[in-house]
Amino acid sequence: MATQHSRSAARLMMAPAVTLLLGWMLVPLVMTLYFSFRKYLPLRPEIAQDWVGFDNYIRFVTSDAFWPAVQVTLIIVGGVLAITLILGVGLALILDQPMWGQGAVRVLVIAPFFVMPTVSALLWKNMFMDPVNGFFAHVLRALGLAPIEFLSQHSLGSIITIVSWEWLPFATLILLTAIQSLDQEQLEAAEMDGARWPSRFVHIILPHLGRAMTVVLLIQTIFLLGIFAEIFVTTQGSFGSKTLTYLIYQRVLESQNVGLGSAGGVYAIILANIVAMFLMRIVGKNLDA
Amino acid sequence: MARAVTPRRKALNTLIAWTIGLILFFPILWIFILSFKSEGAAILSPLEVLRAPWTLESYQIVQGRSDYFGHFTNSVVISLGSTLLGLLVAVPAAWAMAFVPSARTKDILMWMLSTKMLPAVGVLYPIYLMFISLHLLDTRIGLILVLMLINLPIIIWMLYTYFREIPGEILEAARMDGAGLREEVLHVLTPMALPGLASTVLLNVILAWNEAFWTLKLTAAKAGPLTAFIASYSSPEGLFYAKLSAASVMAIAPILVMGWFSQKQLVRGLTFGAVK
Repeated sequence: MATQHSRSAARLMMAPAVTLLLGWMLVPLVMTLYFSFRKYLPLRPEIAQDWVGFDNYIRFVTSDAFWPAVQVTLIIVGGVLAITLILGVGLALILDQPMWGQGAVRVLVIAPFFVMPTVSALLWKNMFMDPVNGFFAHVLRALGLAPIEFLSQHSLGSIITIVSWEWLPFATLILLTAIQSLDQEQLEAAEMDGARWPSRFVHIILPHLGRAMTVVLLIQTIFLLGIFAEIFVTTQGSFGSKTLTYLIYQRVLESQNVGLGSAGGVYAIILANIVAMFLMRIVGKNLDA
Repeated sequence: MARAVTPRRKALNTLIAWTIGLILFFPILWIFILSFKSEGAAILSPLEVLRAPWTLESYQIVQGRSDYFGHFTNSVVISLGSTLLGLLVAVPAAWAMAFVPSARTKDILMWMLSTKMLPAVGVLYPIYLMFISLHLLDTRIGLILVLMLINLPIIIWMLYTYFREIPGEILEAARMDGAGLREEVLHVLTPMALPGLASTVLLNVILAWNEAFWTLKLTAAKAGPLTAFIASYSSPEGLFYAKLSAASVMAIAPILVMGWFSQKQLVRGLTFGAVK
């Protein structure tokens, strides 16, 4: 049993971590909130800083760039989620089968996750998608086809491809871990009862994977809403590839319209928190078990 | 686990899995190949690239550039520094929550996790302002601090789940045998926690090494790690396939090796124990 003495010691041991995280969360958050209610253009000091109420919030959602950015964000996040979840389940099922060199294949599949985002973006942009010297351009020309300007003509598809390549290993690894915890006896019993593979997949494997798939979905959503380097390095937000995150970044740092950008930041925080709430509920349930 | 299958089935599995694995790995393999070719050969068609002579010249050029070495050092200092500083803060906190849990422990853990969900872009300008006024812009210590704070919730969570697996009875037995807090921590707890500590360090060094928002926005020439160095190749005048490949291979190789060792911990660390 914990004594009074050890309780106060424990509190003391937690104090630095709690204080740091509290400061890290509250100070910038309060500042962002404060800026979001003001007119604030640091590069143009002749424009007075004033309280403008919800003006920034209204202007952010009514600007021409807002709805396209929402659409782009939804397409990229939705596209990457669909690709990584579907291919991830398939790949996890394949990797779970008996084979030669299983460990080595796992290493190959997981590798892209460890490549830093700026490297993945640049290697796809230049070595593969470049319309003149890229790998795909060479292959297309060899087949007698015209090279494709991937990043300008198909910017969203290209970015989805790059980001899916980065995140497929993550989904696969987690789903594989979940599949391996599946009770083999249950599967064998179903097989002996004459259940064919599709029905075993639908009735036993998929329900078992449900929680892992939800976790993958939520964690990826939080990270994908914030992808930055992949766009910064490839298109810089042009060719219709400007996500909400990128739009806010441009408002704040490029055009230095801090008030407007901060209002956008508050929207991003609210959005991330809605997703996070679902994730936390699952994680919290697991903590009790 | 080892299910009995016919050799034919096993051969088919092997073929399918290796094909997919090689396709996914191919982009990395390709820059590896390009990095050993001359600049002129690297832009040729794939078959011509393979036939071109192998050379180390790109590595020599990239390593000879003083800025590569500087950025590499920055990456090492920043990822190790932020992880070790994070451990310093996280170990006592995780220890306290795992061994002296209170009614609020779960709430505190959940709240810590929630700080990880804060989108960086939402707090970009305040952090930027603070960095300017504290003269932290483009300094390694500034990045160490930010990356430490970003990864602190993950470090605490991972350590907490590892510590919780250490049976409390062992600690009590040690206490009964007259071990003080110091002996308890040094001789009982540390040896048992070491594997968990090692995996936590490994995963967080990887995460810090690859972080590509704050490292791009808060640094310039002086403190920029490899993420920023590689991003500088995105401008057209810096477009040299062989050199870019060599620089990329050197930037990702240490992490690829570390990552292969940390596969299992990766799942635990990134799902906060929700998938085991």
